[in-house]
Amino acid sequence: MNGPLDFTLAVGDDALIAAQRLAEWTTRAPEMEEDIALANIALDQLGAARLLLSYAGELEGAGRDEDALAYLRDDRQFRNVLLVELPNGDFAVTMAKLFFLAAYQLPLYTALAGCADERLAAIGAKARKESAYHLDHGALWVKRLGDGTEESHRRMQAAVDEVWPYTHELFTADPAAPVDPATLRSAFDETVGPVLAEATLTRPESRWAPTGGRAGVHTEHLSYLLAEMQVLHRAHPGAKW
Amino acid sequence: MSARSAAQRSPAVATDGGTLSDARAAVASVVDPEIRVITIDELGILRAVEKDPASGRVTVTITPTYTGCPAMDVIRADIRRALAVAGHPDAEVRTVYSPPWSTDWISDSGRDKLAAAGIAPPAPVPAAGGVPLTLAVRCPHCGSPETEQVSRFGSTACKALWRCRSCSEPFDHLKAL
Repeated sequence: MNGPLDFTLAVGDDALIAAQRLAEWTTRAPEMEEDIALANIALDQLGAARLLLSYAGELEGAGRDEDALAYLRDDRQFRNVLLVELPNGDFAVTMAKLFFLAAYQLPLYTALAGCADERLAAIGAKARKESAYHLDHGALWVKRLGDGTEESHRRMQAAVDEVWPYTHELFTADPAAPVDPATLRSAFDETVGPVLAEATLTRPESRWAPTGGRAGVHTEHLSYLLAEMQVLHRAHPGAKW
Repeated sequence: MSARSAAQRSPAVATDGGTLSDARAAVASVVDPEIRVITIDELGILRAVEKDPASGRVTVTITPTYTGCPAMDVIRADIRRALAVAGHPDAEVRTVYSPPWSTDWISDSGRDKLAAAGIAPPAPVPAAGGVPLTLAVRCPHCGSPETEQVSRFGSTACKALWRCRSCSEPFDHLKAL
């Protein structure tokens, strides 16, 4: 990556794809309150994505708006990390993904709020307040499941083990970006460590660290996600209701 | 409560022989489409109402409570409709995100109206930001502080679902943000 455009697109794509995945839980969550919670968090992510992609379109200066960027790019043109495109799995996997993403987005948006770019600073100041609620919610479930029954503990540990390798990509160094993601690693570790400990979960050792998302090299899961997300807009360009 | 004064929340003042104040009054009376007991002015999302003396165009500036708030389109349409009725057909509604909306901007009258409608108003936002403090939330029905959170996400993005242990009634709580 280099400069504000690539960075804004990357962070916006993270939020957009996370929103789409979370929205898949709507009407399928284990209880009604959780259904509403996941839909609300998805809505927050979508709100941040719209602001970021609108700004990315302006930075690009090629006349593309948020819809053009969301609905008319192919998978190789998306810059989101692999973490957010992974399938939802069971509820524990979804909570592991939510928790790790929020533990990254909160310090990211907080740092953005103080950056030199006025638009990104405004978006960061707005989004960090919402991220604090996401982090709170994810941490609550990680603890509840981790320190719950034998079965919930087993599943939560399996989810953490499965998702953990994908967290490393979040902190790929990019000194030219408005906020270098590498600088967010310590805040992430300080958040994640105590929560996993309280949840009686073992923090996985860091070995395999898949990357590629920021360069547009994705898992096959993204292609299916985009096919569903984009089909209406592509079939009926400009459709409104 | 640390609610800002009306002048701080909505800096526009009449400078145009009353026409601007008509426009301002019309906009300020628009109710929030999701919490219909409170106006957008009382909610603190109305930032400014300005009028270009030359063209007569009214520019309204609003800010969303949450980035993904789905009510924004309806609010924009309601503002334009209210202005048209008040004799200002040429209107533009701008949306700003900075400074970010805070529940501290809800006016005292807005807080009273929320409570009267069974929605527990938010506590002041902790100065440090980050994780919200756990403060007792009073039941808007019976006033008891013996309440518990059922879910931190409620019927709209800005509300959490609570229950009163004294009177057993569920209620909405506007989350401090």
